[in-house]
Amino acid sequence: MHELSIAQSLLALIEDEMAKHDNKRLVTVKVKHGRLSAVVPEALAMAFEVMTTDTRLAGAQLVMEESPVVLRCRTCGREFSPESPSAAFAPCPGCGEELGHTVLSGRELYIEYLELE
Amino acid sequence: MQIPVVRNILEANTNVADTLKTFFAQKGILVLNLMSSPGAGKTTLLERTLTDLRNELRMAVIEGDLQTDNDARRVAATGAQAVQINTEGGCHLTASQVQEALKSIDLTGLDILFVENVGNLVCPAEFDVGEDFKVALLSVAEGDDKPEKYPLLFHISAVMLLNKIDLLPYVDFDMDKASRHARTLNADISLFPVSARTSEGLTAWYDWLREKVRAKRA
Repeated sequence: MHELSIAQSLLALIEDEMAKHDNKRLVTVKVKHGRLSAVVPEALAMAFEVMTTDTRLAGAQLVMEESPVVLRCRTCGREFSPESPSAAFAPCPGCGEELGHTVLSGRELYIEYLELE
Repeated sequence: MQIPVVRNILEANTNVADTLKTFFAQKGILVLNLMSSPGAGKTTLLERTLTDLRNELRMAVIEGDLQTDNDARRVAATGAQAVQINTEGGCHLTASQVQEALKSIDLTGLDILFVENVGNLVCPAEFDVGEDFKVALLSVAEGDDKPEKYPLLFHISAVMLLNKIDLLPYVDFDMDKASRHARTLNADISLFPVSARTSEGLTAWYDWLREKVRAKRA
């Protein structure tokens, strides 16, 4: 349940960004999380809701989007997105290489934008 | 109005971890973040390592634990400095907690600082605590599918210790499968099959530690 810490960090960033924009009301915050990042969206949504209740962020919407894992094969250089949910065992569809793929994306966890009014 | 932000949500932790890395680099201290499930043998591995290498390396341990100080007492019994962080139910250590714990450690002449993270294969993987390397410990009793189920941890670890190999005759654990899955996203991971109980295989782990200490001092 590290989603509580993540929600805490998320709220601190939101407050920081709101202060830069005349503290307008937060309508939506959009978060992108890679499939390899260890985030359970439902748990983060729950933590966000609990922690914003009775604050000035109450009612704001947390929108999450999962970004796929993209790997580059170390042997033939092909870029691919493994279909297996774990991505831990993903032979290259081009040459069959199983080991040593470079992770191009899928680990990210960031705020993409805030919607204020 | 929409404000593009693009900020890493964990940037506060990352910033503290970066400060710690600079500090440890100045001091020439090798810092290892030890992660595993509960019961994989982190504390036993540390007890054995601290005892076997105590005449050649100065080592200290920061112990993350949900509630108790059992592990810190076991580690302190080897003569090494041990500081306990009780996370009060928190599932991982953060860089700030490690920074706080440093106040209770005498860093003079220290070669290695081990951070024994909270037993958990998921949450600690997201939080850098200022370490040089993450070390994943997996016991053969847990099953060979763990690297496949928890890819992030094995992707970011420099070392995978396969512990409790003295139990191999009694469990269905495919060493080849576990190592292949760990190496899918991490070709360079160093694999050490060991038994912290019988000391089998520990020499290779100790050699790795010695090499990294030398590199850190250089």
